[in-house]
Amino acid sequence: MKFLFDSDTWQEIYGSIRKNKIRTMITIIGVLWGIFLLVVLLGAARGIDNNFKKIFGDFATNSVFVWTQATDTPFKGFQKGRMFKLKEKDIAALRVEYSDEIKLIAPRNQTNNLVVHEFKSGNFKVSGDYPVLDQIQKKNLIYGRFINENDILSTAKVCVISEDMYKQLFDKKEKAVGEYIKINSINYKVIGVYGRSNGIDLDGDTAFIPFSTYKKVYNTANNIDWMVITANEGVDIVQMENDIKLTLKSLHKVHPEDERAFGSFNLGTQIAKFTGFLTGMQFLTWFVGIATLIAGVFAIGNILLITVKERTKEIGIRRALGATPIEIRQQVVLESVFLTTIAGMLGIVFGGSVLYLLDMFFGQGEDATLINPTVNIPIILIAFATLVILGTLIGMIPAYMATIIKPIEALREE
Amino acid sequence: MIEIKNLHKSYPIGKDSLHVLKGIDLHIKEGEFVSIMGSSGSGKSTLLNIVGLLDEHDEGDYYLNGQLIKNLNEKKAAILRNKFLGFVFQSFNLISYKTALENVALPLYYKGMARKERLKVAMEYLDNVGLKPWANHLPSELSGGQKQRVAIARALVTKPKVVLADEPTGALDSTTSDSVMELLKDINDEGMTVFVITHEEEIAAQTDRIVRLKDGVIISDELTRKQPQAV
Repeated sequence: MKFLFDSDTWQEIYGSIRKNKIRTMITIIGVLWGIFLLVVLLGAARGIDNNFKKIFGDFATNSVFVWTQATDTPFKGFQKGRMFKLKEKDIAALRVEYSDEIKLIAPRNQTNNLVVHEFKSGNFKVSGDYPVLDQIQKKNLIYGRFINENDILSTAKVCVISEDMYKQLFDKKEKAVGEYIKINSINYKVIGVYGRSNGIDLDGDTAFIPFSTYKKVYNTANNIDWMVITANEGVDIVQMENDIKLTLKSLHKVHPEDERAFGSFNLGTQIAKFTGFLTGMQFLTWFVGIATLIAGVFAIGNILLITVKERTKEIGIRRALGATPIEIRQQVVLESVFLTTIAGMLGIVFGGSVLYLLDMFFGQGEDATLINPTVNIPIILIAFATLVILGTLIGMIPAYMATIIKPIEALREE
Repeated sequence: MIEIKNLHKSYPIGKDSLHVLKGIDLHIKEGEFVSIMGSSGSGKSTLLNIVGLLDEHDEGDYYLNGQLIKNLNEKKAAILRNKFLGFVFQSFNLISYKTALENVALPLYYKGMARKERLKVAMEYLDNVGLKPWANHLPSELSGGQKQRVAIARALVTKPKVVLADEPTGALDSTTSDSVMELLKDINDEGMTVFVITHEEEIAAQTDRIVRLKDGVIISDELTRKQPQAV
């Protein structure tokens, strides 16, 4: 190892590189191109990935929606075609049964109503919700706050409206928070105004009121229209969806093989289709990048092989002067490693610069196509380490060729 | 210093083999100035290469500084070359992208000497051959005679026991040849064994002992008139 830190070793390498400027440059470009491509492709893939993430945005992507429909199989004395409703106690039961899998669970009731403020009015969705909805789909509040536990407990007549609703119901610059609006002829105090959410928005323009208030006002008893469930990290969402439906079937005396009784929508599986595409793209990126890298390293090996051939006589002289084969080999391998290292570093720097430019031109503003195109440092380090290892291995071929020839034959070479 | 007994060497040429050295017996004592004379194909270069550990012999014994040379691996050979032998070649064999000083210092690099010390020693030897002002010139900027003097300085820099010169004047004109031979003589006067290969009578005549080689055997081995002080 000592020879690595010997300034003479580097003097020797500097000497031989300086002698062959053009070939050194061409060699470096080969490897540089490989790692450059890897960095840029990975960065761009990350940028697109981030863009998809932005589209899904604030909605918890591992969510399942469950609602009821008519049964399709007679069971326990019930005819087929029976209509039934999800109950509040289902929520409690699921929460207990799937305490490990379920992260958040929220019942929802929704209807459409006329919403009036002074002389302006409009038909909007009205939704009875728990504060937890804000965690499932982040509400981008512009003014005020979202529904809280207190509102639920006190069945407060408060509502949170969308920015568009505000525009339709209020005058410009009029303060909305603290004002009252009429929903189905009942006064509600506006406590918050929310703007458009990032990404998927399933609710659109909705007036959110406390779940308890909704229950009282619309007389829904313990019935709920549908429920939203978010799974914990690492839970198989499809499995959970099936399990939950099975539990609900038993709670509602529905035949276990009833296909129609419970409807559901699994956001997770929809998103998996996209992420599958992204994974494929990343795989392709890695494949192309690494293949280019290997090609580059082979180019270095190839060029060094030619160089060794060119320098046969020089190597012969060195050996006549007392260089051992190991010393010759070390020098050739080190030259290879040195070239790959330099090329790798330059490639990373150039790749990083290109990503920076991509970010500047395509990564800014609302509808950016690439968001934050970056590559993780550990990935770079791994690629770099691979490059150096490959450089070492490939350098061994010309190193071996350099010493396989006898010094006497090497000296005769012209 | 160099003791050779019944040395044989042949090279394979296709299916046949060319018997180059056919039983050489040669004893060279320390401090001798010997030349090997012979026309081309007489086997003189082969002999030098074997003596210089650049090639292996097939049969016979070779003792260098009392050490039997047999089945040397490349590493051992390299170390022995570095320790005991200095080479001067017909075509100089300087490394083209290194300055005169760096060329002279190279054997010391392989000896493991530190750079500063190495360059200092190399400069001394370069001064000895009168090339101190050219220390930082590349070989391409030097004349043939200067190149050979750099090569001689390089051969001497490790303080070898034997200097092996393969046609050291072969590429030089007569004036520079004389100065190079003068230099080799000076080295010999300092007690170093010098082993010259040549096909020129005038060059051989300047040494103390002439060994004539023909078709792989020694045909004569005589001292020149000018008797060395040592023998």
